[in-house]
Amino acid sequence: MTPHVLTRSLDRSATIFILIVAGLGVLIPLSNLLLPAGSALQVPTYLVALFGKYACYAILALSIDLIWGYCGILSLGHGAFFALGGYAMGMYLMRQIGSRGVYGNPILPDFMVFLNYPKLPWYWHGFDMFWFAALMVLLVPGLLAFCFGWLAFRSRVTGVYLSIITQAMTYALLLAFFRNDFGFGGNNGLTDFKDILGFNVQADGTRAALFALSCLALILTFLICRAVVTSKLGKVLIAIRDAESRTRFLGYRVESYKLFVFTLSACMAGVAGALYVPQVGIINPSEFAPGNSIEAVIWVAVGGRGTLVGAALGAVVVNYAKTFFTSGPLAPYWLFMLGALFILVTLLLPKGIIGTFNAWRESRKATEAANAESAALEDGVGEPKPAE
Amino acid sequence: MSVMEGRTTSALLYLDGVHVSFDGFHAINNLSLTLEPGEMRAIIGPNGAGKTTMMDIITGKTKPDEGTVLFDGMTDLTRLDETRIAELGIGRKFQKPTVFESQTIEDNLLLALNVDHSVRGTLFWRGNGAEAERIDRVLETIRLTNARNRLAGSLSHGQKQWLEIGMLLAQDPKLLLVDEPVAGMTDVETHQTAELLKEINKEKTVMVVEHDMTFVRELGVKVTCLHEGTVLAEGTIDQVSSNERVIEVYLGR
Repeated sequence: MTPHVLTRSLDRSATIFILIVAGLGVLIPLSNLLLPAGSALQVPTYLVALFGKYACYAILALSIDLIWGYCGILSLGHGAFFALGGYAMGMYLMRQIGSRGVYGNPILPDFMVFLNYPKLPWYWHGFDMFWFAALMVLLVPGLLAFCFGWLAFRSRVTGVYLSIITQAMTYALLLAFFRNDFGFGGNNGLTDFKDILGFNVQADGTRAALFALSCLALILTFLICRAVVTSKLGKVLIAIRDAESRTRFLGYRVESYKLFVFTLSACMAGVAGALYVPQVGIINPSEFAPGNSIEAVIWVAVGGRGTLVGAALGAVVVNYAKTFFTSGPLAPYWLFMLGALFILVTLLLPKGIIGTFNAWRESRKATEAANAESAALEDGVGEPKPAE
Repeated sequence: MSVMEGRTTSALLYLDGVHVSFDGFHAINNLSLTLEPGEMRAIIGPNGAGKTTMMDIITGKTKPDEGTVLFDGMTDLTRLDETRIAELGIGRKFQKPTVFESQTIEDNLLLALNVDHSVRGTLFWRGNGAEAERIDRVLETIRLTNARNRLAGSLSHGQKQWLEIGMLLAQDPKLLLVDEPVAGMTDVETHQTAELLKEINKEKTVMVVEHDMTFVRELGVKVTCLHEGTVLAEGTIDQVSSNERVIEVYLGR
């Protein structure tokens, strides 16, 4: 894609969004590394890691908004693509441990020694190279989404039926990854990471760099989503969302469009997962839990479905609330609050935060225009209105 | 694949012995009908006569249990899907006006243009003068030039009907299937729609399903009356409306 395509029609809210993310991506790491610890303006390392997590969630939210908000595909299993991207990165990080593991085996990760694996399973080969792992981060979620989507969209599975099978998909993966003989560490998943590209994952500098990279990935994902939704293809996606059979009768191959956008979205979710894992230090099967995927959909609904900025904002707002409430005495009630939030947003703010704000701004603009017009007519200087 | 050996009929659309049943209900029963190139045909008939089902069969939404459906004498439509049939040049206007409500009128027409409809083509699409000109022409024909930047959802019912006809024009098909174009329109709008369809018919073959007999009379074309999924009568409006059976099942005494 040419830069022109990426920067096309950057409206004001998009520009503000990019400036804020870029600003935070630079300032937070600088403050963390350069200011003395304990100073009022210094962002402590645990917060850098937390904000990094939010940035990854925002990428996941964008990927969901791209298919749900713009094409009407409600995936309740997008956490699976996030987790697969995470596992691909986790496998690289495991191979980097080398002989520093508890059992000191230079090739086999600890859990394989513990479970008496004679040798490295074939699908672990290549993950000692970063470029290979990075490729798998895109390829594995992308390929799964492509196969899944090819079957589902060709058979015209839509609406709630599609949502249910995406839930089944992530649940099936959850069960598979729980198994010890599946070769991904079973229940415990992958953890105890040491290095990434030779840098200590625990070091402040690495964490700050990972945060900055997450912000960069968020901006890139945003620009790609934006390029897609502002192209003519974006108009076709909205047409499919609003009147699928009409679009078909105009001669569009609806399943190809859905497949393209679903696969692209899965790759984005994979990248989010890959950036998430080194920052939280663990990936285990619970990331596949159906509840995670549903939670991600709630972020998008809260922020504003069909507005890219809204999706990212929703992810940050809901997760901030989650961090805030689950670390206080209200912790046991968080899930109830999340459920209530979803119901309230659906009832009171069906367009989400940004969607409602946009609608309010537009209606105000329309009123102003109408007032100006009637004032001009009263003054007698207004042109006669052309008949419609 | 779907092209037959040589041409066997001069008709643009050829239906022969078509049967469709849904759970034992015979929606279409031995239906045979032909449309010559350049013809306009009005289809009338009581509710449940199979008019919309017939359009579903022609556009690939419903597959017939038996029978032949040929387009342009060569192409077997029963084997193709909606997208392929639309690409061949069959456009359809739905009974309930179906436009893309959250997009502007201009974008609705842009989406309907019969240009590259591939994923890659639309992703890297850039407008060009020829396309803009075609959209301008259609806007003029359907009298929505002043409303081009309004959202389609804000149009009145009659305007939506016209926009959908405009989308058909932008699609530039050989055959237009128009389902109840004047439902919910005022007398003036109905008259204008009849004029518009006659204008369109100068270049294209048209099939119109309509209940409004004044409108059908105004079109002044051959009429086919369907009943229980089969052709009950065919001929001029006067012949059909004086047919005993038609009066009995449809027009009423």
